[in-house]
This record gives sequence, structure tokens and C-alpha cells, in this order.
Amino acid sequence: MSIGTRSTLLHLGLIALLFVLAFVLPSYHQGNLARIMVLATYAIGYNVLFGYTGLLSLGHAMFFGAGMYGLGLAMQYGGLGVIPAFVVALICAAVLSAVVAMLALRTIGVAFMIVTLMFAQAGYLTVLYFGAWTRGDEGFVIAQSARQIAGLDLTQPTTRYLAALVLFSAALLITARMMQVSFGSVLIGVRENEERTRMLGYDVFRHKLAAVIISGTISGAAGAGYAVLFGYVGATFTSVQYSIFPLLWVLLGGAGTTIGPLVGTLFMFYLIDYSSGLTNAYMLIAGVVLVLLTLFARLGLVGEIRKRWVAWLP
Amino acid sequence: MLEGAVGAAVLALTALGLSLVFGVMRVVNVAHGEFFMLGAVIAWFVATSIGGHPAVGFVAALALAPVIAGLVAVLVDRLILKPVKYDPEATIVGTIGVLYILQQTALMTYGPEARPVEPPFSHRIALPWFEWGENGLAMFYPWGLSTNSYKLFVIGAAIAILLAFWLIMTRSKAGLIMRATQLDRETALAFGIPVSRVYSIVFGLGAGLAALAAVLIVPIQQAHYLMGHDPLLLSFIVVIIGGLGSVRGTVVAAVLIGMSDGIISVFLSPTLAKIIATLLVALVLVFRPQGLFGKKPA
Repeated sequence: MSIGTRSTLLHLGLIALLFVLAFVLPSYHQGNLARIMVLATYAIGYNVLFGYTGLLSLGHAMFFGAGMYGLGLAMQYGGLGVIPAFVVALICAAVLSAVVAMLALRTIGVAFMIVTLMFAQAGYLTVLYFGAWTRGDEGFVIAQSARQIAGLDLTQPTTRYLAALVLFSAALLITARMMQVSFGSVLIGVRENEERTRMLGYDVFRHKLAAVIISGTISGAAGAGYAVLFGYVGATFTSVQYSIFPLLWVLLGGAGTTIGPLVGTLFMFYLIDYSSGLTNAYMLIAGVVLVLLTLFARLGLVGEIRKRWVAWLP
Repeated sequence: MLEGAVGAAVLALTALGLSLVFGVMRVVNVAHGEFFMLGAVIAWFVATSIGGHPAVGFVAALALAPVIAGLVAVLVDRLILKPVKYDPEATIVGTIGVLYILQQTALMTYGPEARPVEPPFSHRIALPWFEWGENGLAMFYPWGLSTNSYKLFVIGAAIAILLAFWLIMTRSKAGLIMRATQLDRETALAFGIPVSRVYSIVFGLGAGLAALAAVLIVPIQQAHYLMGHDPLLLSFIVVIIGGLGSVRGTVVAAVLIGMSDGIISVFLSPTLAKIIATLLVALVLVFRPQGLFGKKPA
């Protein structure tokens, strides 16, 4: 079996497993897993830029927020249905990521991280500034009656789970395919050695630009999905914390692996879920995990598995 | 105006710590704001556990808080930064982790309340205002135009610390060693400078400066476990505007931003002012990465 077939089978198998779980899991965990899949979609978007292209952004919450508010505001004030609002959200995220990329990609390394952090901070403050529409930190709720696609009620738990699965599967398959074609190889080339990739005749800037836009748009799709599936839009999702989360998930799961984002999100979600029962300082866990990962497992869970046992893991 | 000057003084100290760490070690310490918070929180613990006159507690805090914060920072350097060999990405991720650990530990031990520390002294000082009146130049004391002695003390203390720091960096052997490490790590090592010890000390010193700034401000602002956020962002802004790693630029930028922060907020809403400020900083970093005062890298 070729590596390509193996990874396709792995991805389809994973999606099938998640599909079966929809009908097996108790309702509490079913709800959790729906949330995890949406957040993992966000992590997949982040992974395109961080894991494959090697650009560490500290501002992805602005893309997540662009999707979330693009959809939320379009539904709330534009009176659009779910599908058109979702398209609006994707356009918002794509345009924002293109603009940010044009500016931020002029910098490299530490400066890139700080510039993205600053842009995201400006985005967060913008949401607060237009509090009259966005309702700031408090956020607003999307009416249950509006959250329907062609008669399918997205507030019904199993439908919601399956919608989250569709979103996650689309992101997973798109990125997996992307990494099989030459475009993905060039991105990895940029990560490993930017100069050499340029010497080989590839337009590094355009590949990076495309990576930011793809990454930002997938993150935006996740934001829009979160808003429509869980019915809440709030400024917290555009704060620094939500830029750090995808970094944490991807690092934990394994940067530059296709299933790492899901694995990382899953672990982190349940870790925080259990610890928040013990203490209200649950972000302490996030901090400790970040430090431990930096020190001992730079490759993340899936990355370590690939290095030690299963070399073909995509 | 004076509020701005107090803000600028404290900001200059905090940003100097960040700038020092970045300049010498090439490490972006995202947890810097938390060392600031740590300073304030320790000041509260010290001031409340020592009874008697508030000045006694304050002096004790002024002595203890920077040292404790510095020791924590040295520990962070030894346990986290050194093992990852100061790799830029790893240190950023690691210090983000430290940020949450410190912040949440403060939440668990100190609690979510904001608590004040009593200033060691506080007298209202009315400032005179001169105006041409009926009988020539008259001096009077209008309401509103007043300050208290503690705020003046903060400004004075900050200037004294900055001067002392500048003297140490330029005139002493310790400063020479730090500058040598900053210029060329390899060569410094070859000349027998214990670079890894210098790194630990610099990291501790940076955190100590932030904690010191926090102790000075805590009688004016209250200590709170989330208070590290704004100083971190402002310090970033200052260090970027001033040029990454340039000490003189840092101080000039701190004064500029600290003073203008108050003035801009008069005309625009504070949120809009912050939006514009962050965007401007991002653009400065994009188009003039060496900072407004920094030199172009060769």
C-alpha cells in the first residue's frame, strides 16, 4: 500500500469512527465532541500555517473572530440564512487574512509573531469598540429558530454533531489533499529552508500568502461554525487566549501532522474539562502543558508516535 | 499631565526590563507582565504581613518583591529557557506557559480581588498657577491642579533607578560583560565570560525591574492577578517603537507613550486610542523593524 492510500484510509477511517460515535456516545460527551470537532477545525487551520509553513502566528483569534462575527452579524442584522451567512463569514476571514498577510509577511521570526499579536489585539478592541452591535464581552445569542439549514435543526444534538463532523471532515480532507500535491511540498520547503526554496525558483512570498489565506479562511470557517452550532457570539473568542489555544492544541497533538490538531484539541479539552471541576484556575493546566511540551515533546503526541513507531503517518 | 508622567515612569522601568532581556538574550519574554503582577502581589503580601506604619511595609516590599520576582525568573531561565537553548519559538511558547502558570497561581493563592497597598506617605500638594490678573502676575492654587507627594516620589525614584541602571551598563564591569554578551555571544564565551550565568542574571534583572515598577505603582493602582496584561502590551509597544534592544530608545519611547496615552484619551475614546496605537505599532514593526530610534542593522 502506498503512503498516499494509507493516509487516505486513515482519514476516512477516522471520519467513519467519528460518524459512528455520533450514535453511541452519551449526550454529554456527544456535545463535547461536537465542540471539539469545531475547535479542531480551527486547529487544522492554524496547523496549515504553523505546522506546515513554519510561521508562528499569535493572532489567529482575529480570523476565528472574523468568521464568527461575519456569520453572527450577517444573521443578526442582515437577516441572512445560515448558508449565505456562512459564505459571508468565509469572505470576511479570507479578506482579513489577505490584508494581514500582505503586511505581516514583510516581517519574519519574532517580529511576525508580535505583528500578528498586535493585529489581533486591534481586532479584539474593534469588537469592543463597536459594542453597540457586537455587545462586547457579553456577546449575543443567535436565535434558535434561525439556526436551520433547509429544515434541518442545527440545535438538535445529533444534527449539530453531524454538522460539526461535516465541517471537520472538509477541513481535514482539504488539508490532507493539499499536502499530497506539490503546493504542500513547497510549503514544507519554506518551513525547512526558505532560502533554498527560493533558489529552486519557487515564489516563496506567494506560497506564504496562500498559506495564510487558507489558514485564516479555515479558522474563519471554524469560527462561523462555532457561532451557528452553539448559538453564541462573544468578544472572548477574539481575545489573546483564543490565539494561544490553537497553538497549544497543535503543539500538543503534533505540528505538521494531519490528525494532530484533533488529537491535541481532544486531550486539552478533556484535561481542562476535568480540572475545571477541581479549581477555577484551569488555565494553570494550559500553562503547565505548554511548558512541558516545550521541554520534553517538541513534536507533540502524533509527532512522537510518527518518530518512534509509525513513520508513514501523514 | 502628571498622571501621564507617573505612567511613563513606571512604563519606562517595565519596558527597560523587557528590552534588556531581549537585547542581551534575544528572548521575547511574554511572561514579563506577570513578573510585574508578581511584584505587586508580593508587595501586598509583604505590606499586610508587616504591621506598623505603612512606610515600613512599603520599604520591605520595595526590597523583597524585586528579589523574589528575580529569583523566580532565574528559576524559569534555568528550568525552561536554558534547556531549549534559547530557541526563539520555543522560548515564546515556554514563556506563554509561564505566563499562565504565574497568573493562575496568583489567582489560586491571592484570589480574584483587587487589593490596595497603602502608600508610605501621601500629602496633597497644590500646584501654583500663574495668571495675569488686575494687579500683575498673580499666583493662586486652583482646584484640580494638585498632586500628592507619593506620585512625585514615584517619578523621582524611577528617574533615579534609570540613571543608576544607565551608569551600571556604561561604567561598571557588570555592564561591560552584559554588553559584550549582547554584541557577540560566542566571542564573549571565548573571552571567559560565563554566558549562561550572565543570561540567568539578566533574565532575573529584567523581571526584577518589572517587579520594582509594580511596587512603585501599587499604592496608586491596586494589585490584581490580571494586572500584567496592559503593562506587557505597553512594554511591547515601547520596546518596538524604541527599537528592539536599544535602551535609550526604550526610555524615550516610554516617556512619549506614557505621556501621550493620557493626552490622546482626552480626544478619542480610550478603546479607539488603543486600537490606533496597536495598529500603528504593528505598522512600525512592518515598515521600520529597527524601531523609530534604533539603527539599521548592518
